[in-house]
Parts: sequence; C-alpha cells; structure tokens
Amino acid sequence: MTTTTTGTPAATGAVGAARTRLEGLAKVTGAARYAGEIPFAELAHGWLVLSTIARGRIRAVESAPVLAMPGVLAVLHHGNAPRVDGDYTGPLGAPDPVLQVFQHDRVPYVGWPVALVVAETPEQAREAAEALVVRYDQEPHEAEFSAGHPDRYTPQGSDSPAETAKGDLAAALAASAVVVDARYTTPEEHHHPMEPHAAMARWEGGRLEIVDSNQGSGFVAQELAHLFSLDPASVRVRSEHVGGGFGSKATRPHQVLAAMAATVLQRPVRVVLTRRQMFSLVGYRSPTAQRVRLGADADGRLRAFAHHAESVTSTVREFVERSADMGRVMYDADAHHTLHQVVPLDVPTPSWMRAPGEAPGSFALESALDELAEKCGMDPIALRARNEPESGPVSGLPFSSRQLQACFREGARRFGWAERDPRPGRRRDGRWLLGTGTAASQFAARAAPSTAAVTAEADGDFTVRITAADIGTGARTALTLVAADALGVPPERIRMRIADSDFGPAMIAGGSMGTRSWSWAVMAAAGELREQLALGGVIPPQGITVRSDTTAAIAALAATERHAFGAQFAEVAVDVTSGEVRVRRMLGIFAAGRIVNPLTARSQFIGGMTWGLSMALHEEAVRDRASGATVGADLAGYHVAAHADVPAIEADWVDDPDESDPVGIKGIGEIGVVGGAAAIANAVWHATGVRHRDLPIRPDRVLRAGDGGRPGS
Amino acid sequence: MAPPTSSAITLNINGEKHTLPVDHRTTLLDALREQLDLTGTKKGCDQGQCGACTVLLDGRRAVSCLQLAVAAEGRVITTIEGVADGERLHPVQQAFLDLDGYQCGYCTPGQICSALAVIEEHAAGWPSAATADVRPEAGVPELSAEEIRERMSGNLCRCGAYVSIVQAVARAAEEAAQPGASSRPWQADGPGEPGAPADGEAVA
Repeated sequence: MTTTTTGTPAATGAVGAARTRLEGLAKVTGAARYAGEIPFAELAHGWLVLSTIARGRIRAVESAPVLAMPGVLAVLHHGNAPRVDGDYTGPLGAPDPVLQVFQHDRVPYVGWPVALVVAETPEQAREAAEALVVRYDQEPHEAEFSAGHPDRYTPQGSDSPAETAKGDLAAALAASAVVVDARYTTPEEHHHPMEPHAAMARWEGGRLEIVDSNQGSGFVAQELAHLFSLDPASVRVRSEHVGGGFGSKATRPHQVLAAMAATVLQRPVRVVLTRRQMFSLVGYRSPTAQRVRLGADADGRLRAFAHHAESVTSTVREFVERSADMGRVMYDADAHHTLHQVVPLDVPTPSWMRAPGEAPGSFALESALDELAEKCGMDPIALRARNEPESGPVSGLPFSSRQLQACFREGARRFGWAERDPRPGRRRDGRWLLGTGTAASQFAARAAPSTAAVTAEADGDFTVRITAADIGTGARTALTLVAADALGVPPERIRMRIADSDFGPAMIAGGSMGTRSWSWAVMAAAGELREQLALGGVIPPQGITVRSDTTAAIAALAATERHAFGAQFAEVAVDVTSGEVRVRRMLGIFAAGRIVNPLTARSQFIGGMTWGLSMALHEEAVRDRASGATVGADLAGYHVAAHADVPAIEADWVDDPDESDPVGIKGIGEIGVVGGAAAIANAVWHATGVRHRDLPIRPDRVLRAGDGGRPGS
Repeated sequence: MAPPTSSAITLNINGEKHTLPVDHRTTLLDALREQLDLTGTKKGCDQGQCGACTVLLDGRRAVSCLQLAVAAEGRVITTIEGVADGERLHPVQQAFLDLDGYQCGYCTPGQICSALAVIEEHAAGWPSAATADVRPEAGVPELSAEEIRERMSGNLCRCGAYVSIVQAVARAAEEAAQPGASSRPWQADGPGEPGAPADGEAVA
C-alpha cells in the first residue's frame, strides 16, 4: 500500500517537548554497541596498507614473507583481488574510484589502499601489515593548493551550476560609493568522528551481511550490490549506533574490503580504520581560496556582488566545495556573480563535510559583509537588514519563510548588541583586548524520497521501520515523537527500528535532510494507518502495516527557496603579546522550522557552533609539498576544539512556521556551523582592528598582525 | 627456545577476576574489547590523544590504549560497565543522560570515567592549570566551569557536546558534595594524596 498524504497530524504534544534520548541509558552505561563491537564466531581481522607515494605505480607487493607470519590468513592486493565493478551510477552518482579497491597498479595519492592483510587477531594483522613491503615506481606529483593555480577550471555537469551571473559587475563596482575587494582562505579540514570507520562482513544464508558504522545503510547496501554485482536483495547492511559521521560515513573502502575478504576467506572479517588512515580514506573539506567583491551605495545598499571560490579536487574524481552558493540565497544586487573553480591535484578526493560549501563560504561572505559595514560606517546588522532580498537573488523564487531579521533582533537583544561601541580596539580586560562580532547563518531545507513502514501491533503498540540513521543527531528519538503525534498515541507506545537496509530505501543522514525526509515518510504511513484503524475492527496477530513512499509528494512540492536561517554572535578576548584568541561566549538564534525535540536540537545547534569555533581558531591539516602527505596525521597534529577551548555557548530559536510545507521541519545538523567562524573573525577585528582573512586565526598570525606585518598566511 | 609471546594473566575488572591468555602486544583496551567483550570502553585514536578509552586504574584515570594488558595485572580496573550500582545509575551517568551530555555517545564512557576522577581529584585538593592559587593553604578551589573544562580536556568530543558535558559534571559534583552522597561504587580508594602518577601510568 502506498500513500503520499500526511493526513491530519493528531498532535499529542510529543513534538516540541524535550525528551532524553531513547538510547541514552545504553550510551551512558557502555551497553550501546557500535559496529566494531559485536562479536562473531570465527571473526578474522583485516588491516589496511596504504600507499606511501603520491603518484606512480605499484611494482611489487612482497606478500610471501608476510603470509608466513603467525596467524596471517591472506594478503589481498591488485595482483589477486576479485573483480569489483565501478561502472554504475549509484545513489550519489558515479562511485568514488577508491571504492574499486585493488583493481589496478596505479597510485593517485598518498594513502591510497594498496593491500589488506587479514589475520586471526588484530595484533597479528597489524604487525603483518606494518611488515609488508610494497615497491613502487614513483612519478612526480603535485599536491600543493594555491589561489589562482594555472590548472584551475570551471566544473561542468553538476545539478547546480558552477557559475551564475546577472548584470554588469565591472560597471556596478565602478558606480559603487563603497567597495570591498577581499581575499580569504580556509585550510584543509577533516571530519574525525570519534568512532573510526568500522565494518564486519559475512555471508549468511546466501546474503552478504554488513554490520557497519554509516550515515545510511540503504545507500551503502546499494553501492555494495553494484560493486560486487549482486542482487540488491542479497545485501543487508545494518548500523545501529554510529559514533559520529559529519559526512565521512558514506560508502568507503573499509566496507568493500571487509566484503571482499569475507568472500575470499568465507568467514566473517572486520576492517577498522586507524585514526591515521582516516586522513586519506574518508573524505575531507577542501582548502579554499575565495575572493569577495561587494559594491554598495553610501547607505549600504548593494549594487555589485561577486563571490569566486577555488578549491581542490583529486585526479580520480571531481568534487566541488560549493563555497559561493550562499550568496545565491543571502544577498541581491543589480550585478550578481558567483563562481566555483577547482584545481586537480595528486591528493585524496575531498568530500562533503558538515555544512559543505556554506562553512568556508560563510566565513568569506560574512566577513566581507562586516568589512562593508565598517566602510559604510554602519552597524553590521543594519547593513544586512538593508539588503534583505524580496526573493531568491538568483532563482527569483519566493522564500517559503525567511526569519533572518527576527533571528538578528532576538540575538542582538540577548547578546547586548545595542551597548556595543562599533569602534575596534576600545575594550580591554587586563592583557586581553575584547571584541564582539556577528554573522548570518543559512542552510537549505531540502528533502529526499524515503519509505517507511508503520505497523499497528496486536498488543496495541506500534512499530516503525525506516532505514534512518542516528549518528548522534537524536533521529531515533525525534522520529518516535513524530510517529507518536501522527498516530495520536504516547511515545512510549512506539517501537522505533532504524538503520537496517532491509527496511527499504530512505534518505541518508546528510545534507540536513535526514529528519525532514524521514519524518515525512513516517507521517505519511502513520497518517494512513490511523485512518484505517479509525474504521474499527480487530488487529490480526501479524498486525496491520502501512507503507509509505514520499517520492511523488516531494516531486509535487512547490518550487520555492526553502532555507533555515540564523544569526550568530561571539565575544572574543585577544592577547596580542601571545597571539592567543579565546572565545568568551557565543550565542546563536536560529529559524529552522518546527523543532521536534528541543533538548537534542539545542545540542545539535551548539555542536555546530562548536565546529565554527574549532574552524575559526584550531583546525588545519597541513599537506607536505614534498611527500604529498598530511603532516602530523593524528589528533595531536590536527587539533579539534577541546573542553578548554569551548566557552559558554547558547543556542535558541524563533518561530518559523511554514504552512505550505507538509512537514514543517527543516534540518538543523549543519546550520550551526555556518557563520560561526565569521562571527569570531569579526569579533577579532573588533578587538584588535585587524582583519584576519585566513583561517585558522593562529597565534602566529595574530602576532604578525600586531607587529604591523600582514595578517595573511 | 624463543621467549614466549603470550601469557595467562588475571585482571581485576569491576570487582570480578578474569583470567585470560593475552598476546604481549595486546593493550588493556584491546583485551577489554576483543577478549572480554567489555566494549563500553571505546577506541577513538589508539594513541592516547582522544581519551575515549579512559578507564580507572586503582581509582585514577588512565587511557587504556597506552597500557599493555600484561601491565594491568594486579591493578583495580574500573570500566564504564562498572560505574553504575546495578540498575541505579551513578549521578554522573544520570546527569549526562538528563542534560544530554553527549550526541553520538562514542566519547561518553571516557568522558564519564574522566568525570568520576575529576570530581575525586578536585575533592582531594588537586589543583589544575586553571587553579588561580595552588598553595596548599588556599584550600580546594571552587569547581567552576573553567576548572571542569581544564580538567576534562583530555577527552575530545567531536559532536561538540562540551557545553552540556560541563553542566553534567558540575551537577554531579554538586550532588557528590552533599552529605552522605556516595560517589564511589567501585572498589578503589580514589586518587589519594596529590602526587605523581605511578610509573608507566598514562593519565588522561
């Protein structure tokens, strides 16, 4: 049975009331089992060997001595691996070539998989992997990104154009009373969920079974079926608890390798990535070089807008970090130009990382707005209010809702913005210079087709099955509240089952689309089930099940600009003698549709803002030009914000109803990251009078700026 | 004859003795996870940088990935599985649950084990880098948010749950300071007098 109507929500008040996580008890007692923690009889352990050169060919994999080591069962490499088919279009397009493990001898970057050692124990596998000698024919490589690289090009073939243009930019800039022309850079950044990627594969009853840590078991199952030329129904992927993802937990080499080894050895095999291996195998955020040009009248009204963004792609797969997309939504001008260009290098393929595009893009754009406010002698919030567009600046479509100014008003009130002296370098607290800054946040509110099944059980409870993923977002709990309201029963009567590809196709936890997309499917199935039950009758022992598929409903959704918005505020303290920057407080006010669970929503917003802080001050992966590898590829060399870095952060929201939307839920997983780094950078300017246009704002950069040197690089 | 590469050892974990053969290369973390099915202790980096594998050794926190299993013989080991008193959660666990002091939950066991030790260390008068006055006569500093942040900084949380973790630790510490509160269901005697860690011990 298929339905795409949501029926009338039968609110019991579950949605909107704070509720602790369903799996909370399991998480605080250590009982929650993640992918690498489920025991299997006869389990073998795979350990990956990665390339140590950035470009060339594998001449030899000297596996004989390693095969003689205790416990070693197999060494898989390009000379003996079974065939993997990469010629398909999967749920996310053509597969990343790194998934076609061991199919040829070419090495396109440091950290490319060259062998998998499988042994009886992890210790044996690790020692053998470290002992394995791989010989290469090395070729010259290039791994260093820089602005204006001669090999940069404008990508084609994306679902969203790389370039948009209207009006005469040069003329509009020339006619502007005030012009900002500024260049910004952001470094390579890595996801690093706390749980490393892990997968167990085995053949069970004629099916390939994977216990994994991922953001969408359905997508992973589809990819594996393609790669191993299997009937989709013969692959089952489960992912009950996931220790963070942030975009990195898609189909990655570890699932493919576990499946390959389990097939070769005919026994269960687990492959767990090491923290170091995660630097090259699971994607990362490309470094960016951005130029923003703004031309305005003396009163701040924009006449010219241009945002050009360059980023890295690999030589094996094109990935575009869409940093210039945000301006297509935020600000209009007579002349409006956005452009993405990429530079192919001998490096791992970048990928989506929490708030892809918007995170680095908002740093440049919202910093530039602050610079324009300074030049116009305007308050930065007033400048943004003056430039509120009536409709989508590029699309011309109306906004379904746009509560950006309400966010700024509420945020300014709570932050105490009115008392701010706009002049920089005026406040001091001992050795610290103090400053405050603000920036806007935005993230698209999209939805993708999903299916769900809701069963009225004979005992009076309800079971919901959906291939959703709870990667720490609280999705399991949120969907329970949504189902409870849709069925008109208390949440205690809902049994929520997620993260099993056998439950049918559904969107992944990504693009801030998970809860919105899954809730839609759950509401559709629950609504129809409720109508059926209203007719009366006895529930048979197997229950009554209604399935939904939102494909048609989503396709029928009116074309509008649907986004969540927000305003972020930061106060920083800068010690110009040590160069240290401390964030003292942050406040984020968001307009993100219906908030399902205030407790976990607040956590997600604050988590995103913590990422913004981490991006502003700490995160920077340094790639060595000579080797092409990441320097200090561990959590000491790649610092993410720790407890001591993170001050009191508050997040709250304003009402953001959208009567035209069937679910009214917008995603909240990413918007917290957007604008945070700009708010902090703007606050550093306010404290010191120096603009920092290169992230992170390291002590040495602050010091050089203080010496009268340029803040750059 | 080559020296043996494995031994049978007995580990005292959460009040129970476990005898098991271990490869000498096996870390305490891997022994817990792979051999004893105590998977509550997490492996985040395997090199002492993230704190996810924090356990208590003789009441003090230690990262179990930098501890060889053979070296843990004779120690009193407490893991996250031994923190609750049967069905009754420890106040630290309850505070994490109530205040949403986590998201994905993977760093949580390490955060909780660290928090237990932080509360004890603070009550015993141990100063931290955030302590303004470290003279003994200054007494026990207030366990401010800044103190908690400093003392918990060995435990990374990538979801960014620090704000609510700090609130949870503060609430649990307040409860522990109430008269009659029992914050130590595990067997060790706590951190004792301030001093250097024992040899070979990696303090988180």
